[in-house]
Amino acid sequence: MKSNPAAMPVIVANGLVRNFGTIEAVKGISFAIASGEIFGFVGPNGAGKSTTINILCTLLRPTAGQVMVNGCDVQRDSNAVRRSIGLVFQDTTLDSYLTAEQNLLFHGWAYGVPSATLSRRMRELLELVELWDRRKEKISHYSGGMKRRLEIARGLLHTPRVLFLDEPTLGLDPQTRRHIWNYVRELREREGLTIFMTTHYLDEAEICDRIAIIDHGKLVTLDTPDRLKDALGGDVVTLETEDAPGAAAIVRERYGFDPVITAGQVQFRVPNGERFLPEFVRSFDQPLRAISVRRPTLEDVFISQTGHAIRPAADGVQDAWRARWKR
Amino acid sequence: METMSENFFRGVWVIAYRELMRLVMEPTRIVVTLATPLLFLVMFGGGFSRIVGDMAPGVDFVKFMYPGILAMAVVMPSLFSGLSIVWDREFGFLREILVAPISRSGIVVGKALGGGTMAMIQAMFLLILAPLLGVHIEFGQLVSLVPLLLLLSMTLSGLGILVASRMKSQQGFQLVMQLLLLPLMFLSGVFFPVNDVPAWLAAIAKINPVTYGVDAIRQVMLTGAIHSAATGVGGLVVDGPGKTLTGRLATNVMGTQLFGHSLSILEEGLFLAALATVLISLAACSFGNRE
Ligand SMILES: Nc1ncnc2c1ncn2[C@@H]1O[C@H](COP(=O)(O)OP(=O)(O)OP(=O)(O)O)[C@@H](O)[C@H]1O
Ligand SMILES: [Mg+2]
Repeated sequence: MKSNPAAMPVIVANGLVRNFGTIEAVKGISFAIASGEIFGFVGPNGAGKSTTINILCTLLRPTAGQVMVNGCDVQRDSNAVRRSIGLVFQDTTLDSYLTAEQNLLFHGWAYGVPSATLSRRMRELLELVELWDRRKEKISHYSGGMKRRLEIARGLLHTPRVLFLDEPTLGLDPQTRRHIWNYVRELREREGLTIFMTTHYLDEAEICDRIAIIDHGKLVTLDTPDRLKDALGGDVVTLETEDAPGAAAIVRERYGFDPVITAGQVQFRVPNGERFLPEFVRSFDQPLRAISVRRPTLEDVFISQTGHAIRPAADGVQDAWRARWKR
Repeated sequence: METMSENFFRGVWVIAYRELMRLVMEPTRIVVTLATPLLFLVMFGGGFSRIVGDMAPGVDFVKFMYPGILAMAVVMPSLFSGLSIVWDREFGFLREILVAPISRSGIVVGKALGGGTMAMIQAMFLLILAPLLGVHIEFGQLVSLVPLLLLLSMTLSGLGILVASRMKSQQGFQLVMQLLLLPLMFLSGVFFPVNDVPAWLAAIAKINPVTYGVDAIRQVMLTGAIHSAATGVGGLVVDGPGKTLTGRLATNVMGTQLFGHSLSILEEGLFLAALATVLISLAACSFGNRE
């Protein structure tokens, strides 16, 4: 699915600003999201991701700027916008005194889903998130991962055109996370859904068609993960040879790259490294002990764009806890 | 295309329905809220009826109190329908409600009706117990009681939700409710008639909506009893120009006097209806303006 925001924008945000008293949470953000796109909002804690989502989903009035979702203005035509979007918030919004089934029924009725469609769709989605057998249980007996999965099912119950996921995998174990990303991909294929998600796990942002990096309320950059990484100057190729300085000289003279020697290895950046490698191995006439190519990570991108790492080297679990308590 | 009224009515019923679903999931809530007015009736009624004696001919203290207790059974769950909004806000479910395509006023009316249903369940329970307490209710009285109780409930639900629309924590809401509940209950004629009290007290009682509910209920339930008791004792005794003794006794105990005019059941009902409309509208505005 190639993204082309000009074709059919589902979400258009123009100069979004939101202040809380003296705190400027969002400082003039603009973007357009195409139909069927998985769009990622990536940034550290407090960057303004949730604030932006709350504006897009009609819960928060922007201090300035405007947003159109599915062709409707979020402020003037909020009920039309609400009908066409599904939401999974950062913090759970289930009624823990009701059962999973009752939570879904409430949702379906509130969105006016016809009853035949509702029961079919409930079954379909509960089976997708593997909770069909546990639908009669109270939410207070659910684990964190089960709640998340149920919320995703609920967000899709009324067949929205856009699904918003605010940190959908926060505090979940790696296996559940993988599960959730599989649903997301499957849903995009099956329902042609547009997905707007936020995360501060950069490895998870890889599944996005395009990524917006947001820091201190500002949009730092916006592009496909590949192009963002390419913009760093390409893939990292590492050579191990008998004669590192000699190999480096050849790489510089014959291939025109800018190698560095670190720990006896020659490293240089190449756009599109996988295609370059076979060609290079064929033509390089010195004995090679090993050769490897590594894509730059989004972490590399984030650091080069913002000048700092996305979060201080903190343990993932601790980080999740901190984020939970923050609100 | 969806119309505004569809978004309103769907909101009303889905919100009210959820309140009932929750009630069914935790029936202990009914038991607990029921216990309070019953305890009041048993303790105050039993204790005071020895000392106080009849309030009017044929009306002992329990008979006098019963309508007030009935009103209280409606007032408390109605006021606390606001609590469920604060609760939802604290536990996040309010966001699920707020992003649904339902109108804000539909949400408020739905919450009020949810509280109203709870209130009516409690009232029914007390009505069923009435014969055990020596209080007899005729079918005709029941027909006037139900709409009065509903109006009273909507008025206080409106008040509760109005307060709740500005509250972030349950503790805050509970605190405000504690402050409101005491004057609402004690200066309402539940425990003593408000026509024969010091002027400042009467003034407070007369801006208290519960007063009108209590009095209307009392008029419905006791007018007949006083009348027959009076005629049974000595027939109609003329006392002053065109006023019967029954009338005079009755006005002391009943008929909230406003600007020298003793209000009728209908007037009090209309007053409550107007107040309920105003309070629920205010609550809807206040709730809608919060983001
Ligand atoms: N209701 C509010 N009142 C005051 N300040 C707020 C409010 N909501 C958010 N903020 C502030 O706005 C800034 C952005 O918050 P936001 O929740 O959008 O961050 P985020 O990117 O979602 O962070 P996280 O990754 O921790 O969820 C923060 O400084 C936060 O303290
Ligand atoms: Mg957030």
